[in-house]
Amino acid sequence: MLKQLTHAQVWVDDQDEALAFYTEKLGLELREDVTVPELGNFRWLSVGVPGQEDVAITLMAVPGPPVFEEETRAKIKELLARGAAGGLFFAADDVQSTFEEFKGRGVEFTQEPMQQPYGLDAGFRDSSGNHFRMMSTD
Amino acid sequence: MKTAHPVRHLLRAKDLADTRYREPLDVAALAEAAHLSPAHFSREFHRAFGEPPHQYLLTRRLERAASLLRNTDRSVTDICLLVGLRSVGSFTTSFGRTYGMSPTAYRAANAPAASRARPPTCVLQAYGRPHGSTFGEDSRKHPG
Repeated sequence: MLKQLTHAQVWVDDQDEALAFYTEKLGLELREDVTVPELGNFRWLSVGVPGQEDVAITLMAVPGPPVFEEETRAKIKELLARGAAGGLFFAADDVQSTFEEFKGRGVEFTQEPMQQPYGLDAGFRDSSGNHFRMMSTD
Repeated sequence: MKTAHPVRHLLRAKDLADTRYREPLDVAALAEAAHLSPAHFSREFHRAFGEPPHQYLLTRRLERAASLLRNTDRSVTDICLLVGLRSVGSFTTSFGRTYGMSPTAYRAANAPAASRARPPTCVLQAYGRPHGSTFGEDSRKHPG
């Protein structure tokens, strides 16, 4: 039986750009940043929500050979740019003020805060085109 | 110097349709967001997302209108204006062609989804948007 989810993975277009976006614009914290020379300089990069220690988001660069051949890599990159490579759901205590804060930092929104039966929610994108949402917790 | 994938600009235009459909937005404004000329933009958008931008924008508006019909008691005229359309006559016509019934009949036939399940907005918007209603505007040629 599984115990716990520890990491969720998102593909990113560029790890440096993503790290800056997730930490400076979304206010997440850096968890791990390890480059492994013997694995072709594979970079294990993860961030997390401050206060939620047991789940991290790994910001994964789209690898070329020997992991993926060029065609696969190009396809994943294109799906990412099309906004078709997945997403994450976050909770926020105050969706409206988080929206204002993010908007002020230049985060691109797909949906402004909207009242729903389950609470207030909004949609936005990360620097690579991944679709994220935030919902009110109360 | 890192450059974004060219499709990323098209996604930005698509997001603009999703965020600001309430405003008098048109294809020229979407093209501007993608930094492309309207004709080039329409071709590239169609190639990337499988339908032309005017259709995406209209079906987004119709999807939002259908949601307001199901979940609120606003009048048909109000709803038409709330989703960024200005002519109630053409709204009713587009709606009828897409959903096979008038807005009023649609409202009477559909209970709010929230009474049965609680899917998030992105699910409602993505799965609720009507598909493939081109109203003949697509008979002009588009590259495949």
